[in-house]
Amino acid sequence: MNIEQLDFYTQAILSMAALVGLTSFLMLGQGRLLRLIFVFAMQGFLLTLTTALAAYSLNNHHLYISAVLTLVLKVTFIPWMLRREVLRMNMHRDVEALKNNTAVMLGGASLMVFSYYVLHPIVQSSSIVMLNALAVSLSVMLLGMLLMISHRQAIAHVVGFMSIENGLFFAAIVATNGMPMVVELGVAFDVLVAAVLFGIFFLHIRTSIDSLDVDLLNKLHEVDK
Amino acid sequence: MIAAYLVLLIPLIGILYFALAGHRADTGKINVRFNGICLLATIWLAINVLNQGTIISSGKAFLIDPFNVYLIVLTAFVGFTTSIFSSPYMAHEKEIGKLSDGRLKLYHSMFQGFMLAMYLVLTTNNMGIMWVAMEGATLATVLLVSLYRTPESIEAAWKYFILCGVGIAQALFGTILLYYAAVQIGDGENALLWSVLYENADKLNPEILEIAFVFLLIGYGTKIGLVPLHNWLPDAHSEGPTPMSAVLSGLLLNDALYAVVRNKMLVDGATDSNMAGFLMMGFGMLSFLVAAILLHRQKDIKRLFSYSSIEHMGLMTFSFGIGGPLATFAALLHMTVHSLTKSAIFVTVGHAAQLAGTQRIDQIRGLIKTQPRIGWGLLIGTIAIAGFPPFGVFTSEFLVLLATMHSYPWLAPLLLLGIGIAFAGLFRHIQPMVYGDKPKDQQPITANLWPVMIHLALVLWLGLAIPGFLANWFSQATLLISGSTPL
Repeated sequence: MNIEQLDFYTQAILSMAALVGLTSFLMLGQGRLLRLIFVFAMQGFLLTLTTALAAYSLNNHHLYISAVLTLVLKVTFIPWMLRREVLRMNMHRDVEALKNNTAVMLGGASLMVFSYYVLHPIVQSSSIVMLNALAVSLSVMLLGMLLMISHRQAIAHVVGFMSIENGLFFAAIVATNGMPMVVELGVAFDVLVAAVLFGIFFLHIRTSIDSLDVDLLNKLHEVDK
Repeated sequence: MIAAYLVLLIPLIGILYFALAGHRADTGKINVRFNGICLLATIWLAINVLNQGTIISSGKAFLIDPFNVYLIVLTAFVGFTTSIFSSPYMAHEKEIGKLSDGRLKLYHSMFQGFMLAMYLVLTTNNMGIMWVAMEGATLATVLLVSLYRTPESIEAAWKYFILCGVGIAQALFGTILLYYAAVQIGDGENALLWSVLYENADKLNPEILEIAFVFLLIGYGTKIGLVPLHNWLPDAHSEGPTPMSAVLSGLLLNDALYAVVRNKMLVDGATDSNMAGFLMMGFGMLSFLVAAILLHRQKDIKRLFSYSSIEHMGLMTFSFGIGGPLATFAALLHMTVHSLTKSAIFVTVGHAAQLAGTQRIDQIRGLIKTQPRIGWGLLIGTIAIAGFPPFGVFTSEFLVLLATMHSYPWLAPLLLLGIGIAFAGLFRHIQPMVYGDKPKDQQPITANLWPVMIHLALVLWLGLAIPGFLANWFSQATLLISGSTPL
């Protein structure tokens, strides 16, 4: 199938999927926290665009609400909160030295291939476009996890956590044209509460270990030593 | 149906009441009342289901059938007895200066928040809302785990938050895939309703559902505490306040397993293979064995019993995985008796830890000599959870074993071995705590052991004879899940 033969909407969705996947890789290799947060906000903005595009092309009005929710939560509120935290902790000049950066990036690439492999059976019942969209969503989720594993700062963990949520959201928009409204509202509510809780946690962790480096949270063990 | 709305409304009022009203000396007692009224509402709901059978609300938003009705009553019951225990316990924690008024306010408000999330998981008919409520339960309890604000508790809460949050995100991906399969055959808004999906399960695309189930099992399995996703569980249980450990172990784990089984029913309807069952058997058996071995290496009494929870949840998952009528019946019974016994044990453990002033096993000694009721409570509770007759846990474990010997005889020795290892692991720690000599200045404390006695009496009753209506619900639920009845 040739890409020029697809309609405009499908082509746009495919490019969006590529861009969203790209932002995940950008985050993965990022050592500076402020830039990491900026790329995260970009990813949120791409999601907003995708949602608005889907709402317009499919004439599905409740997706506009989702688009606005994404814009408010993931492009504005969460990045603002994280940025404030970074500035307050005076971490914006630090560059986190990532261990095994090359290995992490190669790992990220193989996760993407793995996502395509896992979801391949879907091709039998739907189009290649759907496979692309779902596989990119899954790899955004997995890359979010890899981001959390490879970074030590609590801020980076939150960004990873929220970008997993972004991957899920992208899957819901592209594959199913949005979940039922009540579910989307519920998920958005959960994300909001989670963001607020993360804010509270930063305070607690800071007062407890005087840093946001989660490697210092190492008191509890599976078996006592 | 009014009863179902009441069950959801009462905790909602509870959240707002505790959040807005200032702290009062009798807040703990008001919490008991909220849970008590909710228990009455669930009993009313249960009577309705008993008379009318399955109830679906007019908008199809809620579904009460024999599978979830008894879990709803169980949730309300454990919530009620735990709140009875929590009232003097939290007052004592405040007396010794571990907690402030503001924290108690947060605690009571979030206790109700957790109960609301649990009721919503059980009553909802919408698989998406089920996910939202499950995540809501994490969010409600995460601040309770760090209630004491010690470095350990903050670490435990962070781990709980991140691990469960990331884990449960997998379940949302599974739910999206489920929805993706569902919209291909039906209309959009109703496509996530369980009752609709169940009716059309044979039309759903089996390949997509198999992939979806893997994600759902990993996601909700994190909440069940399946190895290797169990890491958060002992930390969260040991660092949070004890009433929280009781409800987490008794209710949250059960409800997560409930979510998995609901999804398994859809996958089984769509596919011919027993893929879902095999996955559950594998994860269940692994959790069961690993937790049984890890029991031996614990030094903290609450961690000890949280590993015992992982072990039992593994056993239930395994049993649901086998999938025949006998195994399903056994798993349903085991869910009930484990939940009752484990919350009773955590209540006793809470008292024992307050008595000794520590949670370290090697410093808790001579419970029977100091305060016989706590000592005996802990001993009898442990006997019950280890699976001695005539308690209910023995009955259900025996049925699981029978079902295993029938379907997969080569797994039966592993099961027996695990039960033996777990038994040894529990008793080598419990015996010196209960019998040993008492430390010099150890004084009895005010303890309310009624919840423990009622729970253990119920477990004993379920071990001797299951009441007719309950057996009837179990068989109907078994029929629903496995397609035939055990009796």
